[in-house]
Amino acid sequence: MLDIEDILATERMFDQNKLDVRTITMGISLLSCVSDDEAVLCRRIYDTICRKAEHLTEVSREISAEYGVPIVNRRISVTPIALVAGGCGAKDYVKIAETLQRAADTLGIDIMGGFSALVDRGMTASDEKLLDSIPEALSVTKSICSSVAVGSTKAGINMDAVRRVGEIVKELAERTKDRDADGCTKFVAFCNAVEDNPFMAGAFHGVTNGDCAIHVGVSGPGVVKRALEEVKGAPFEVVAKTVKNTAFMITRLGQMVAQAATERLHVPFGIIDLSLAPTAAVGDSVAAVLEEMGLESCGGPGTTAALALLNDAVKKGGLMASSSVGGLSGAFIPVSEDLGMIEAVQRGSLTLEKLEAMTCVCSVGLDMIAVPGDTSAATISAILADEAAIGMINNKTTAVRLIPAPGKKPGDMVTFGGLMGYAPVIEVSRFRADDFIARGGRIPAPLRSLTN
Amino acid sequence: MKKIVVTVVGADRVGIIAGVTRGLADHEINVLTVSQTIVDGIFNMVLMCDMEGSKNTLAEIQQTMGGIGEALGVEVRVQLADVFYAMHRI
Repeated sequence: MLDIEDILATERMFDQNKLDVRTITMGISLLSCVSDDEAVLCRRIYDTICRKAEHLTEVSREISAEYGVPIVNRRISVTPIALVAGGCGAKDYVKIAETLQRAADTLGIDIMGGFSALVDRGMTASDEKLLDSIPEALSVTKSICSSVAVGSTKAGINMDAVRRVGEIVKELAERTKDRDADGCTKFVAFCNAVEDNPFMAGAFHGVTNGDCAIHVGVSGPGVVKRALEEVKGAPFEVVAKTVKNTAFMITRLGQMVAQAATERLHVPFGIIDLSLAPTAAVGDSVAAVLEEMGLESCGGPGTTAALALLNDAVKKGGLMASSSVGGLSGAFIPVSEDLGMIEAVQRGSLTLEKLEAMTCVCSVGLDMIAVPGDTSAATISAILADEAAIGMINNKTTAVRLIPAPGKKPGDMVTFGGLMGYAPVIEVSRFRADDFIARGGRIPAPLRSLTN
Repeated sequence: MKKIVVTVVGADRVGIIAGVTRGLADHEINVLTVSQTIVDGIFNMVLMCDMEGSKNTLAEIQQTMGGIGEALGVEVRVQLADVFYAMHRI
């Protein structure tokens, strides 16, 4: 039998500590939609998505009501569009993005990801078309996300793609400048991209997946912070154990929701993503967890070590709670989506350089960071190259999602609303890398790629 | 057996237990265990119940019990017990 204490503690996690299931993401393969006619391709894409995900919203609401678990988002990830659209002969892929938006509207989905290209080694003509289409596609749609994989430990870094991404980010910012460049919040570039990630903007349904799968991403930094408040001053073994125990409970919740969703939707279970995903709401911050460990302000000395411990303990605790763990699984450090990070930037303790160091030990990368509007495309590309290099050498996923909001200077605020939050513009190094980025070509795969 | 957890939280007053259990009985829901405490004047009660014999759906039960809670000035939450077992039992 359950204790009243356990039940009330769980209710407290939902009510006060913002515990929620961040997303149920349905991955859908669009490979069967391929056609040499753009109109046919678009019709098949729309029909396939709407058929597979017909009950996603309704089932998610049912589960949320019956189990009393908040489920914040319903999302869909699809096969990278560059792979699906290659044969259709269209001059660009904007119509396909609009088709995805139409499907999202029909289904009542919050976000859809997969307007993507995987160009670690090189670009096909279709990849190039997709990249060229990104600025327009993301400015004329509201819930479609795009990602480009520019490198991997196995392939090295495609520096031509890195250069192109800098230009895309700038163009996207310009096209959405009247909305604080919110187009950039829907675009991310990866090194070592994962094929089963339920989180946006980087979710896509990789070709090694089956036709359809349910992935679940949990949240819960507030619950971890609350648990750490109980062990103030205790040594790090106790901190690690407390985080592990909490991550276990959070992940079990995700696993239960995933099971219920797969049964009701008759779709195979994919993965649980163990990531601690913050929001800009009070009490839902990863930075606050790091500060609870004894740091005056996130970004100060000790932050990287604290984050390394947190990231590792979350994985260890979560692993045992789920039959299949995947995605990005770790601690996210998006600036605009985390009140503690926002305040740390304002306080001056958290800088771009410190964030880069933190990405060496967390689950992803430089995420949701507003940079000055006059940051050049080459500088954005160079920041991406640095981040991709960290991922490539350390055999981990890294990513960059920067927002160069036009007209904004360091200290100004940009506001995106909802889960995307708001962010103070952060200082960027004034030293240029134009000649470095102009070289193009490929940074060869590192020695550690030769593991066979 | 289809186990549900009914959680009742709010300012203490006469008739909370009577009102809540009357509502459950009306839905033919069997109460298995009851735990109740008062912390700083706040009434906390958790009932573990079986709704196997009920002719109503969970959504209907949630709606009626929510209404009973409102009339009593307390929050009544009804949910499947699975979530608590998942999180607190291996």
